[in-house]
Amino acid sequence: MRPFGYAAPATVQQAVGLLAAEGSEALAGGTDLLSLLKDDVEPVDRLVALRGVAGLSGIELDGGTLRIGAMTTLQELRDHDGAIAALPALAVAIDGVASPQLREMGTVGGDLLQRPRCWYYRRGFGLLALTADGRSMVTEGDNRYHAIFPAGQARFVNPSSLAPLLVALGAEAVVHGPAGERRLPVEALYQAPQTAEERENTLAPGEILAGVEANVAGSRSAVYEVRQRRSLDWPLMAAAVTLTGSEPRAEKARIVLGHAAPTPHVAAAAGDLLSGQELTSETVAAAADAAVEGAQPMSGNRYKVQLARTAVRRALGHAAGMEI
Amino acid sequence: MADYSWPEADRRAQIGARPARLDGPVKSTGFAKYPSDQNPRGLLAAKILTCPHAHARIVRIDTSAAEAMAGVRVVHVIQGEGSEIQWAGDEVAAVAAVTEDVARDALRAIQVDYEVLPHFVTEEDRDQAPGAREAGERAEGDPDAAFATAHRTVERTLGMPQMAHMCLEPHGQVCSWDGDELEVDASTQAVSTLAGQFATELGVPASQVRIRTEYMGGGFGSKFSPDRWGIVGAELARKAGAPVKLFLERDQEVTVAGSRPSAFARIRAAADEQGKLVAWDSDSWGSGGLPGTGQTPLPYVFSRLPNRRTRHTSVPTNLAGSRAWRAPNHPQACFLTMAVLDDLADELGLDPIDFLERNLDLTGRPDTYREQLGIAAEMASWKERWQPRGREREGAVQRGLGVSVHTWGGRGHSSNCDVTVHPDGAVEARIGSQDIGTGTRTIVAQVLAETFGLELHQVRVSLGDNVYPQSGPSGGSSTVGGVTASTRRAAQDALREVLVHVAPRLEAEPEQLLAEGGRVFVDGDSSRGVSWREAAAQIGGAPISVQGRNPGRGRLISSGVGGVQIAEVEVDIDTGVVHIERMIAVQDCGLIINRRLAESQVYGGLIMGVGYALYEEWIPDPVSGRLLNADMEFYKLAGLVDVGSLEVHMMTGPGYDERGVIGLGEPPVISPGAAISNAVANAIGVRVPYLPLTPDRVLDALAGRGGPA
Amino acid sequence: MKGRRVTDDAKRSGFSRRSFLRGGAAGALSGGLTTGLLTGEAGAAAADSEATETVGPGPVDVELEVNGATHRLAVEPRVTLLDGLRHRLDVTGPKRVCDRGTCGACTVLEDGRPIYACSRLMIESAGRSITTVEGLGSPDAMHDVQQAFVDNDAQQCGFCTPGFVVATAALLARHPAPSEPEIEAGLGGNFCRCGTYKGIRAVVAGGKGGGVSGG
Repeated sequence: MRPFGYAAPATVQQAVGLLAAEGSEALAGGTDLLSLLKDDVEPVDRLVALRGVAGLSGIELDGGTLRIGAMTTLQELRDHDGAIAALPALAVAIDGVASPQLREMGTVGGDLLQRPRCWYYRRGFGLLALTADGRSMVTEGDNRYHAIFPAGQARFVNPSSLAPLLVALGAEAVVHGPAGERRLPVEALYQAPQTAEERENTLAPGEILAGVEANVAGSRSAVYEVRQRRSLDWPLMAAAVTLTGSEPRAEKARIVLGHAAPTPHVAAAAGDLLSGQELTSETVAAAADAAVEGAQPMSGNRYKVQLARTAVRRALGHAAGMEI
Repeated sequence: MADYSWPEADRRAQIGARPARLDGPVKSTGFAKYPSDQNPRGLLAAKILTCPHAHARIVRIDTSAAEAMAGVRVVHVIQGEGSEIQWAGDEVAAVAAVTEDVARDALRAIQVDYEVLPHFVTEEDRDQAPGAREAGERAEGDPDAAFATAHRTVERTLGMPQMAHMCLEPHGQVCSWDGDELEVDASTQAVSTLAGQFATELGVPASQVRIRTEYMGGGFGSKFSPDRWGIVGAELARKAGAPVKLFLERDQEVTVAGSRPSAFARIRAAADEQGKLVAWDSDSWGSGGLPGTGQTPLPYVFSRLPNRRTRHTSVPTNLAGSRAWRAPNHPQACFLTMAVLDDLADELGLDPIDFLERNLDLTGRPDTYREQLGIAAEMASWKERWQPRGREREGAVQRGLGVSVHTWGGRGHSSNCDVTVHPDGAVEARIGSQDIGTGTRTIVAQVLAETFGLELHQVRVSLGDNVYPQSGPSGGSSTVGGVTASTRRAAQDALREVLVHVAPRLEAEPEQLLAEGGRVFVDGDSSRGVSWREAAAQIGGAPISVQGRNPGRGRLISSGVGGVQIAEVEVDIDTGVVHIERMIAVQDCGLIINRRLAESQVYGGLIMGVGYALYEEWIPDPVSGRLLNADMEFYKLAGLVDVGSLEVHMMTGPGYDERGVIGLGEPPVISPGAAISNAVANAIGVRVPYLPLTPDRVLDALAGRGGPA
Repeated sequence: MKGRRVTDDAKRSGFSRRSFLRGGAAGALSGGLTTGLLTGEAGAAAADSEATETVGPGPVDVELEVNGATHRLAVEPRVTLLDGLRHRLDVTGPKRVCDRGTCGACTVLEDGRPIYACSRLMIESAGRSITTVEGLGSPDAMHDVQQAFVDNDAQQCGFCTPGFVVATAALLARHPAPSEPEIEAGLGGNFCRCGTYKGIRAVVAGGKGGGVSGG
């Protein structure tokens, strides 16, 4: 790692002030950021440690509203019986991080805002991984783990374990910045960068993610991840679904894919197809097909289209409590 | 002189027992100090700058900024201006500094301008390979005629990519100079041979180079030489006048410090109506990086197959040269052969075990394999549970069984061992071998204890240092035979000398005396005896010290083993994910010294085998020429919950023990790729032609799409 | 992204060890979540103006407990807990293998919780209690889990062993008789190259070590 300064603010306001300076980066659990620094991928002058900032850590269940502080560790969330009972799919998403060390260190905010694992990005070729003459290293190179829904030149995938579920739930992100607090849908935290300078999240300088808030009442959610190994391994594909309305009919269905696109990929057409429908193996299969409509696989990731279809089908099955 | 031998079965106290490894407590408490744990006073840290391009020429190199940095002690250019670099990760310069972080800062300050040249890193498609070299054709019999009249023929194109050794302790060493004398704490498999190599490169007498390796964190065939970083580390230490620690970073370890060659082949095999193999034709190719690679032995095990033709092409790539990887060439040859035979059995409508049994006369040890196939089938309940491919199936998860057979040599290497008996009864062995995790320290102690009739805690073993008598490198399953034979010979000789001193006191001839259970006594009259301590006291004031050697007289070791493995898998046909349910290994290795450690070797082989069957591969980038997974995140090892249930049956006892000691490290890692691939084919009804069996490859096979992903 | 380089060091900033340790003691807040979560107002009353000071990149005084002993040392912020332990304190049980938070060889307990020491800055562990494999037991007085590793030959080269021992001790402290999913969740973050999983399975099945000392 290159040399850097370090500040440990006690309050959100202090953290915001420190992060407004150029070259400052927020340090949460460190499991991603330290690797980026070791690999010299992102230059940083100062780390602003959020570990001691008051008000960023904790879980509140208030009626049907679940509030999770960004610095809550994945393990703390997993151990919170109330949160897991209210939203059992959380357990699946967290257990997908099959390492107690990462669950103890990694935070909810860190999971949501971790940088892409794209091996070109991690080797210093940039988020878009373009050659000097503008060709995509991803399309010409090895793209087995890359996006099946690329967005412009962005072909990496969003790696968050929690984002698909939170987006499916319609959760809100609470962000603090120099201008105070703003709330936005979790999906609006993300963007597909179109230039080498842009990042894949929408936080402005000085802004920090304070936490997320979701209404967990009156809906059924499920997460299904396809991982090759049962031990610690990135999912090859993930699907999260939220069904609202009483069974067997789904008044509304939200289907979101992870590891499929540069952002959590909302399969809107698939959700629409199911809305107002009874879930049967036929409607579920139709939704799974609709979820991958428009996929643009590359030379080495065609299999991920099949994985997406399967993940959607199985997530819907779990959410509806049916054998798929 | 009396001959050397192992005790009869009913007289063995240590040999064949299951004592725990002697260094278990220091390892499980973290007290064991590995070479990379050494922190001598005044230690400097060294780092190596590597080339980011797969093929390039160094146009200019400027180290001045690095040299000017505070805390930097030495900057050393390894390959200067004009040098042609042939693989990404090749060493360009090195820095020794007060801390690792400062050394890394200095590397970033070294300016290197490269002229980037064209590279080639993906050998699957050999037609595009520049510099591919045909290694010629060999033929026996008349394959064309045999194919023309055969009952059934299969043709397959199969392959497995290059993979890494992935030693957990990276390659490297701590070098300390005292005047002209060099001490090296090296993570090596070869303490006795390293000194000469250091000496030659550094221009100092070999007698002034000391190598120490009390513990080391894995080698698997990749740690036999000082390597360039060893020489550079010694040079840095010499220039700095201080000890220098230089261990590779993980990405360097994966990229340059050890890989196994790839192997691809287009194979035709044919059988007659009785299910007898009648013809073989293989056209193989592969790469071990820049040097290409030699021919894998095809057909494997069934090497007496009549009417065969083999061709091979060596494909050089712009990747670091491969190294011996546990059982060199065998896992590749085994997969290529056993997969084709398995498909041929299916084509013939035969149970694959039945098919193999019909052809065992084409192998070197039909009786061993027949017995092992029977035991393995029994353990797997094969007869009740195996079903042919293409059966009716329900649900996404399909189960399958697969089988494979393998062979290995495993003769003990050259070894010398000093055994000393002290007048106070202390017994020690000193041997220039190394314990690379196989348990060498423990088995040498067992041989000592067995010979002198003592308990393990009453003997001492010193190894891992080249001041001790020369013993061979630990490779090719040669250590157990080498060190137990040299130790046994030395110990038997030393014991005989002791008995000569004791005999008068017991009014017996030395040949009548036995050393067992901590006593020396007359054979047949145990009341006429003395304690070991008293016996040793008879030798006088000076210790008895004897050197034993291997090779030598007496039938203590031999070579040549067979093994059979069965894999049971579950395949999710909607995701292509393969999970191992169960692995069964039936293995022979002659006389077993330590049953527990022997079993651990086999379990370890199975687990490593699951790794390369399902997960492990080098992923070189055709665009940049760099490895895309030079890490442990996308270079995937099998985890604890990925390997299923493991069952091992050791072929031991009468009929096996008489052959003496034979090495065991390599054989169990040979079959898993083939057995698992065959089990997957059995589960899903089609062959997945490439290892590792990743979801993309499995789904491609199910969809009828060939070719690598 | 290049910006102003922060050059204050600990002494000039007046960034005292005491305030530093307070800054690291987030645990004190874990019980008090009733107010202020996500509002950005929490802790305002306790705000310590010193806490906004930047230390480093030069050495900063850090105090932490390692295996029961308190250590004070000056480390640059960029030094990981793992490197600080191995290079500065000569605590070499935790091994550096992947150095990227994947393989588990560097696993230690921080305030009783298993973490990857390679992915924690030592400065972030200030004021906390670290237990490494050496802190669980010694060759003459092994922790039950360490003894079980020996008894079940759950080690070959031994390089992954320190991390596996700590992770196993943490798993068994949480679940004395773990189910398969609990084993998956508890030991999925450690990898072995020699292939010692059969022995480690036996250790876990033995259910020993229902208590982790030093954490």
